[in-house]
Amino acid sequence: MAKKKRGGPAGPRPFWSGTLAFGLVSLPVGLFPAHRSKPVSLHMVDEKGTRLARRYVCSKDGKPLEWDQLIRGYPVEKDRFVTVTDKELDALAPEKSQEIDLKRFVPVEELDPMRFERAYFLTPEKGATKAYRLLARAMETTGRAGVATFVMRGKEYLVALLSQGGILRAETLRFEDELRTPADVGLGDPGSPATAAVKRFQSALKPLRAERLDEAALEDRESQRLIKLARRKLKAGENVLGKKRKRGARKTGSGAPSSPPDLLETLKRSLKEGLEPQEPAPGKKSASKKTASKKTARKKTARGKTAGKEAALSEESREALYRRAQARDLPGRSRMSKQELVDALSE
Amino acid sequence: MSARAIWKGVLVAGKERVPVKLYSAVADRSVHFRLLHRTDKAPVRQVLVNPGTGKPVPYADSLRAWQADDGRRVLLTDDDLATVNPDKSRDIELLSALPLGAIDHRWYDRPYYLGPDGDDRSDLDALATALERDNREGLARWVMRDKEYLGALRVHEGHPMLVTLRHREQVVSQTALSAPGGAALDRRELDMSKQLIGMLETHFDPGEYQDEYRQRVMDLIDTKRRGGKVRKAPPKRRRASSDLTRALEASLKQR
Repeated sequence: MAKKKRGGPAGPRPFWSGTLAFGLVSLPVGLFPAHRSKPVSLHMVDEKGTRLARRYVCSKDGKPLEWDQLIRGYPVEKDRFVTVTDKELDALAPEKSQEIDLKRFVPVEELDPMRFERAYFLTPEKGATKAYRLLARAMETTGRAGVATFVMRGKEYLVALLSQGGILRAETLRFEDELRTPADVGLGDPGSPATAAVKRFQSALKPLRAERLDEAALEDRESQRLIKLARRKLKAGENVLGKKRKRGARKTGSGAPSSPPDLLETLKRSLKEGLEPQEPAPGKKSASKKTASKKTARKKTARGKTAGKEAALSEESREALYRRAQARDLPGRSRMSKQELVDALSE
Repeated sequence: MSARAIWKGVLVAGKERVPVKLYSAVADRSVHFRLLHRTDKAPVRQVLVNPGTGKPVPYADSLRAWQADDGRRVLLTDDDLATVNPDKSRDIELLSALPLGAIDHRWYDRPYYLGPDGDDRSDLDALATALERDNREGLARWVMRDKEYLGALRVHEGHPMLVTLRHREQVVSQTALSAPGGAALDRRELDMSKQLIGMLETHFDPGEYQDEYRQRVMDLIDTKRRGGKVRKAPPKRRRASSDLTRALEASLKQR
């Protein structure tokens, strides 16, 4: 599985790394998500408070399966699948999976917000800082965004490259066929409204005018209520399970598990010093060794992989995750929040 | 073919109330794979297990818990979770009207068209025209299926549209980051860079870009289905340009 393979060891690694091509200038960069998941996520536990894990089992023989016992399949007939490996998928677009070739530059204001999907910060690899700064400055002063298509984790993206305050940002855009037109959804043509009606709405809008976005209005009030409620119960000793962790034990938990706390640190550092060169790892597969001595090592790798996978999944919309969940026949998926789906899919 | 509305509500702008239906403006085109057991090619299922004992736990018996920083867990009952839900309402409340561009791209999440709930779309048309004349987009809040949403009320080809927005906690603040620094940029290199951008400049034409990879994936599946051979070439990476001036000069000459 592509996602797992690239998950990598501990510490946030770029979501994608490759080369930005600007004319004949090559600029190796890493992409880091500019979004994080919900501020609170709940765990699934049994009545004693043990955190439950998700395991894959074969639908035929019911046996529990590890990641390396799985393969991707595309349904072609009932119960018949064509299997596809990561290598085969990577080989479909060898250049595009390594390179964002900026062949077009467009005025930033021509990009419609309905196209925007997700944003990533770009950080230069060591030695590429000068070219990065040059491109960022040139784009910002000309007010232009670079446009390209590239392949990341088994999917092609249309991407706009924007420069703001000396920092380059990649924003994925929906392709034309990923957007429905008003006619597609059956909406009739807009008519020309009566002047009086337009005036009526203009005066309704007038008292609502504000010049800036009040970010406080965008706070996640549901998560805040949830945390408040949980803390109140904790203080009152209501439904509290487990013991306090010993001092010095590793903190995890109430924060967002899929956005590692040091993402911001990694971003700051790699913007400042440049990113360590990232090696593409085609076909690198950690075979699971069954020897007891390897057990701890194996565990660590598994955790690193899970974190990478989680970060990747949390980039997707709930709908997309739900479809994945559907594809895997995940029980209880319709009732799961986005974070629960991320947890479920990444285990 | 017309799509089904995903939700019905009432757009509230001051004293004005406009009954509306929401339609997703996004079409799913992804290729969906299933996970299979490698040896017998049977689809896999996911089950919940107690990791200590390995025993499966039915989903219906699982509970939700919040974990404190000290490792303790607080069980949250269905009643608890219900109290956290926002109050039910059909109102899409317009909170403010902002100048276009006041909302950073990174907030936008998913677009939905607004259609009339009924046959009369005159109020929707009037609202769209009012927004366009004022050069504004609205900030709206509503509760849909027990979840609170924030959205930008915009106009697309004359149709009002709500683009949901991400929460504040979900957008990494760029103000916390500092741009890479270093010696002053070389004036000539900067000029050449701007010149190169100028040469590649055009208007944004979305129809110009196609998802070719998706088609290649489908072709690959088709080839394999018919038992054909497929290529497995490992991708290679280009190195960083060491001489920027020379690379820029060559780029300008090439065009």
